[in-house]
Amino acid sequence: MANLMSWLGKAGILQNEAPKSPWGSGGGSGNGGGSGDGKGGSGGGPRNPWSFPPEGRRPRSGGGDGGGGGLFEELFRRARGGGFPGAPGGARLWALVIVGLLLIWVIFTSFHTIGPRERGVVTTLGRYTGTLDSGVKFTLPAPIQMVDVVDVGSVRTEKFPESGANLMLTGDQNIVDLAYSVNWYITDAADYSFQIKDPKETVKDTAESAMRAVIATTTLTEAIGEGQGRISSDVQAAMQKILDEYHAGIRVQSVALTKAAAPEQVDDAFKAVQAAQQGAQGARNNANGYAQQVIAVAQGEAAEFDKIYEQYKTAPQVTRRRLYYETMEQVLARTNKTIVEAPGVTPYLPLPGIRPDAGKAQQGDQK
Amino acid sequence: MTWLRSPIGIAVALIVAVIVMMSTVAIVPETKQAVILRLEQPKRVVNAWRSGETFGRTNAGPIFRIPFIDRIVWVDKRVLSVDLPNEPVLSTDQLRLQIDAYARFRVTDPLKMVVSIGTEERARDQLQPLFRSALRNELGKRPSAVLLSPERGQVMDNIQGALQQLAAQYGVSIVDVRIKQTELPSGSPLDSAFERMKTARYQEAKTIEAQGMKDAQIIRANADAQAAQIYAQAFNKDPEFYDFWRAMRSYRTTFLNTDPAKGDTSIILSPNNSYLKEFMGQR
Repeated sequence: MANLMSWLGKAGILQNEAPKSPWGSGGGSGNGGGSGDGKGGSGGGPRNPWSFPPEGRRPRSGGGDGGGGGLFEELFRRARGGGFPGAPGGARLWALVIVGLLLIWVIFTSFHTIGPRERGVVTTLGRYTGTLDSGVKFTLPAPIQMVDVVDVGSVRTEKFPESGANLMLTGDQNIVDLAYSVNWYITDAADYSFQIKDPKETVKDTAESAMRAVIATTTLTEAIGEGQGRISSDVQAAMQKILDEYHAGIRVQSVALTKAAAPEQVDDAFKAVQAAQQGAQGARNNANGYAQQVIAVAQGEAAEFDKIYEQYKTAPQVTRRRLYYETMEQVLARTNKTIVEAPGVTPYLPLPGIRPDAGKAQQGDQK
Repeated sequence: MTWLRSPIGIAVALIVAVIVMMSTVAIVPETKQAVILRLEQPKRVVNAWRSGETFGRTNAGPIFRIPFIDRIVWVDKRVLSVDLPNEPVLSTDQLRLQIDAYARFRVTDPLKMVVSIGTEERARDQLQPLFRSALRNELGKRPSAVLLSPERGQVMDNIQGALQQLAAQYGVSIVDVRIKQTELPSGSPLDSAFERMKTARYQEAKTIEAQGMKDAQIIRANADAQAAQIYAQAFNKDPEFYDFWRAMRSYRTTFLNTDPAKGDTSIILSPNNSYLKEFMGQR
């Protein structure tokens, strides 16, 4: 860096010198720096390019850096036949600009800031010579050592499908609508850079083919149901295997199914199945309700009978008659009664008071 | 030698030097293989792919060549891919499938490749029809179900083998053949598949419904049986008393009907009725 500073300093001095006209400017005035440093060109008095400087002709005077101005002046004069007004020292300026640019180039291509999640793949004249960890690193300048910075820390995500439905044939020849995403990251920056031409595209292709292979051995019900965890892990394993075969330097972190459903076109039919399931469950519930009811009634009736029977056993005759009378009392108290005494009397029955059931009752009672 | 000190002279010299450097030295990167042709005659290969090599020990690096006489053809060293999108394939069971496949390959014999076809771009163009025919040949002699079964791995291997045989003449080795998508072509095949799926679902729905009905009926029958058992157990203690007791209950239910819609009950009794036994004062 110190070197650069000194170069820049000299460039400044040269700039001071630059505005000099070949026809002469105020001799010595405003030119102190120049005269202090270089022996060239500041002899005092008006300078005439057509005449030799006061010190006489100095073909190689000064030599080195400082005397360059005079030399260049002369060279320019000769090269241009002396008739053209050119800026003395301009060429030196150009040379320095070029050197400066070169220096900047060297600095910019030698120092590399590698972020915490990055690695730098270094190639020396084309050949891989190492991987730079994170930090500020130094290499040889650009054409000799090149650094390719690869982001290894961040996890990339590929989504499938990019839009719309992604229909796939399942093992039982059904069609499932799948959407999934794959997270991956780079494990080996060198492999990642050198082994595969288009790594991102490769990851996508691999994901698709692995998913296809797994779905082809899965049934639709599994795919839209409890088999999803297995599908994810199988796809991840299959992808990793393929990528390892390619030496891709890539690790598949996870595969996530974001959607696994029956295609829209058959959605109604799938809903019908759900409805049927609900309906069947409903029928079962009703039947269970009925069962509870019937059994409860039976138990109640049986209990009632048992209670009465217990009493009946202690006094059968009395209980029986009592029950009979009580019942008859209740029944006859609320009904129209006709008692026919004489045999052979045909009762006149006021219609429509007599119904067939009344007749039956009569017969039953006459028994 | 004053021109040496002139900036223009230096610049010119530098430019000449760079040109000479560039035409005599070439840098072979890790990702490329260089085939050197001397007067269009293949001479040697630099940084050719070798199985299992580690980076840093490859032959990548600067090489020298004779300007204007040596020509360098660059061949990619990495794994490349050939895609075969939307390839219709007819299986033995006449099912038309639309297949998306890809093959990954690597140029392992760059000299052979350069001599036979030139560049890897053209190799890719040549590989695609070969890939297509290998795929069709293999899938065309199998039922479609194979693609939806674990044996598909075998099918892939066969395609890879067939393609490898054809591709060997170009100095290319096939790393991998895979199917990305197996689809039914849109239109009637897809629609009929959907239709089949629908009918299968409806069938399932009906089965479930019928199963539900069956279960319900069995539950009812079981309950009835259990109730009958309970009744029998209780009533069997004294069938004769049950008959009497039940009759009494029945009379009450029948004759004490308070529902006006069912009408009144009129009873005509004969004096011989046992209820009127005492009424007649017969004793």
